[in-house]
Amino acid sequence: MKISHNETIHLGASEDISYIRQKVRKWMVELRFSLVEQTKIVTAASELARNTIEHGGGGRAQLIVLTDNGRTGLQLIFEDNGPGIPDLELALEDGYSTGSGLGLGLSGSKRLVDEFDLKSKPDKGTCITITKWRLN
Amino acid sequence: MDKIPILKLKDLLLVTIQVDMHDRMAHTLQEDLTERVVQDGVKGVLIDISSLEVVDSFIGRMLGNIASATRTLGAETIVVGIRPSVAITIVELGVTLEGVHTALNVDKGMALLQSLIKTSSQEKGT
Repeated sequence: MKISHNETIHLGASEDISYIRQKVRKWMVELRFSLVEQTKIVTAASELARNTIEHGGGGRAQLIVLTDNGRTGLQLIFEDNGPGIPDLELALEDGYSTGSGLGLGLSGSKRLVDEFDLKSKPDKGTCITITKWRLN
Repeated sequence: MDKIPILKLKDLLLVTIQVDMHDRMAHTLQEDLTERVVQDGVKGVLIDISSLEVVDSFIGRMLGNIASATRTLGAETIVVGIRPSVAITIVELGVTLEGVHTALNVDKGMALLQSLIKTSSQEKGT
């Protein structure tokens, strides 16, 4: 697997959610993802960026373009140094929410991507990696 | 632009969301719309989101909240112009837009709104 592009975006305020939506959209257009694929990943990015800001107290997102055996993918890594998620299984259930949202952020985002990885440690932070491969 | 303009058209309010809304803007819209429903005494609200490339759970919740709040005040809300790619995505995300009426475009939304207003006034016997 090769990384051909890499950029980090700071996530501190709610305006940064709009910014990452635009950024991810731009990258996906350049990578020639279909409109539905673009919409799914931009939506997932929006959900996860909001989690990072609201629950993680802010953090950063990393955008990575991957090439692997001739296929191209976009990977997004959301990281914060917040309180962490105490019960990962519970957090991935639909409707589970500690904030004011619908509780769809994690479970919903997982359905929108090809690969989803969630790591969290109490008082250390949370790291979520999502990947979408382009359908050729 | 930090505010989304609200237009009054006869007995309804028309909102066209043409920018990528950040969260604060969405909150402001919710407050402004609820306020205007009372001020202008309208029976319906039409929200055109055909320019929105993304509807996440936050926007979904805001649309639901607007619909509930305006209904409480006697006005129906109709969301029009959801893009096909957005429809596919919000279903997978799990956003159901419960309690929100939808229509394909502004024209169809107006027609639906008229019939909803008619039904509700008949129910009330007025």
